[in-house]
Amino acid sequence: MTLLSINGVRRKFGDVTALDGVSLDIAEGEFFALLGPSGCGKTTLLRILAGFETLDEGTVTLAGDDLTKVPAHRRPINLMFQSYALFPHLSVAANIAYGLQREGLPKGVIKQRVDEVLERVGLAHAAKRRPQQLSGGQRQRVALARAIVKRPRLLLLDEPLSALDRKVRAEMQLWLKQLQHEVGITFVVVTHDQEEAMSMADRIAVLNHGAVEQIADPVTLYGSPATHFVADFIGANNFFSGTAVDDGLSTEVFGFLPARGGVTGPALLAVRPEQVSLTGDLLTGRVLDVSFYGGLSRVAVLVAGHDTPVLVHQHGAPRVAAGDAVKLGWAAEDAVVVRA
Amino acid sequence: MAMRRVPFFLTYVFLWIPILVVVGMSFNAGDSPFNWGGFSFRWYGELAADEEIRQGLVNTLIVATGSTALSTVLGTLLAVGLARHTRSKLLDAVATLPVILPDIVLAIGLLAFYALVQLTLGLYSVLLAHAVFGTAAVAAVVRTRLATTDPSLEEASRDLGANGFTTFWRITLPSLAPGVVAGALLAFTLSVDEFVIAFFTAGPQSPTLPIVIYSMVRFGVTPEINALATVLLAVTFTAILAAQRLTRLAGSR
Repeated sequence: MTLLSINGVRRKFGDVTALDGVSLDIAEGEFFALLGPSGCGKTTLLRILAGFETLDEGTVTLAGDDLTKVPAHRRPINLMFQSYALFPHLSVAANIAYGLQREGLPKGVIKQRVDEVLERVGLAHAAKRRPQQLSGGQRQRVALARAIVKRPRLLLLDEPLSALDRKVRAEMQLWLKQLQHEVGITFVVVTHDQEEAMSMADRIAVLNHGAVEQIADPVTLYGSPATHFVADFIGANNFFSGTAVDDGLSTEVFGFLPARGGVTGPALLAVRPEQVSLTGDLLTGRVLDVSFYGGLSRVAVLVAGHDTPVLVHQHGAPRVAAGDAVKLGWAAEDAVVVRA
Repeated sequence: MAMRRVPFFLTYVFLWIPILVVVGMSFNAGDSPFNWGGFSFRWYGELAADEEIRQGLVNTLIVATGSTALSTVLGTLLAVGLARHTRSKLLDAVATLPVILPDIVLAIGLLAFYALVQLTLGLYSVLLAHAVFGTAAVAAVVRTRLATTDPSLEEASRDLGANGFTTFWRITLPSLAPGVVAGALLAFTLSVDEFVIAFFTAGPQSPTLPIVIYSMVRFGVTPEINALATVLLAVTFTAILAAQRLTRLAGSR
């Protein structure tokens, strides 16, 4: 069931178009990600949903009700800020109780719900502390607790993991996903980090220059990017340019290269490094460099007539050395042709 | 090593010698403010009994308290307004200018203004005059505090269901509190020892303490003045230390 429906939303700041006709639907209970580089309009869209920004054109509805006319403090939507925005003069418990007090709930109910959520985020022992006395990961848990205790229809998370160090990040990533599953609230994460989006979200909308490039689940997004931008932005890719033909791409230098098609005219063939084998018969080249990453070896192959080295990933230890002559190949279903 | 510190110590001595002399001489038992005649609290006693000084002190406290209250409210609103409604650096600078403007300029201006609106001079005219630079002082301090607070705090409050008023009262004001208190203390100390503006704008029946002191000194300095200066010093010192402590607390957040 569709919970949030965004339709043809446009927003301009002076001469800059932040959102250029964005449309997308988010289902009830979904973990959705808005992914894109900085300046792609994802933050503007988030602020429109939260009620801190207005739109020039288009509609936003939540469960069928027009959201644009509801002021921020009356929306059944909560936002977890990138800076967490914890109130420094209030204790952890008081921070979490703040939103419930605004609803005019009785004291007993507030205390019970605060205790409950503190327990859930594993911070029951820190209820009386001030935000400044907590670690980054703990602050994030408080910010999250403060938002979910309101039981919103929709929870917005602005770059939720960006302020955390690497180790805590991985932990929180897993935890966020579990938590979303447990509380059953619809999550919308805004992020520029494709790994963050891929690992947590059920579906991802990739934004670029204020427009949606593709909306799909992570596997589809990775395996069948719809545009050059998506193919380039998500994961590593090797690109070859030419003209789209049936079952592949026709190039001037390498002749026919096989791939899944669907487009016509000038096009790019994109193939992932892990799909390229060193035992094929499509291209010939010489190994430029080999780097070993433990479970993975990255091989860069110089192919005459191609201006960037072709990247190849091999499982385990490298089986080639720099200077070796190699032949590259891939299966047609592992490569995709996108519009140039 | 020791030689290198000499300029530092000399500067310190230069700063504090006049003040130490005044404090020392206030405990002088003799009649002369310049010759030591033994230790005594005599002049503090005389000071306490002096009706003119007591009236001046009362006037000063009324002016300082009133103008501090007024400037704290106005200055805080001004600072928040500046942060929210303008990006102009000029407007920002002009708002806090009255603090560093020469007193005499402000004094003449206020006197001219009072004459223009035909306001008779009294204690309230001094109070209003002091509120002018007090407001600017509070605004300057609160502005600094505002610059270091996370602007998303107010948005977070609204997001959690608070309207504009509740947000200001429960979030904006408390997070500015250290700055507001420090600004108020600053406005208070500035008002207590302010002479030039008070001299221009006070009515003849309501002199503030600095004016009383001035008229006493015109007939010759007595050790009583030294005692009074020492008391004033203690009061100002306490207020400034408190203000510094609060601003530092604010900064460490």
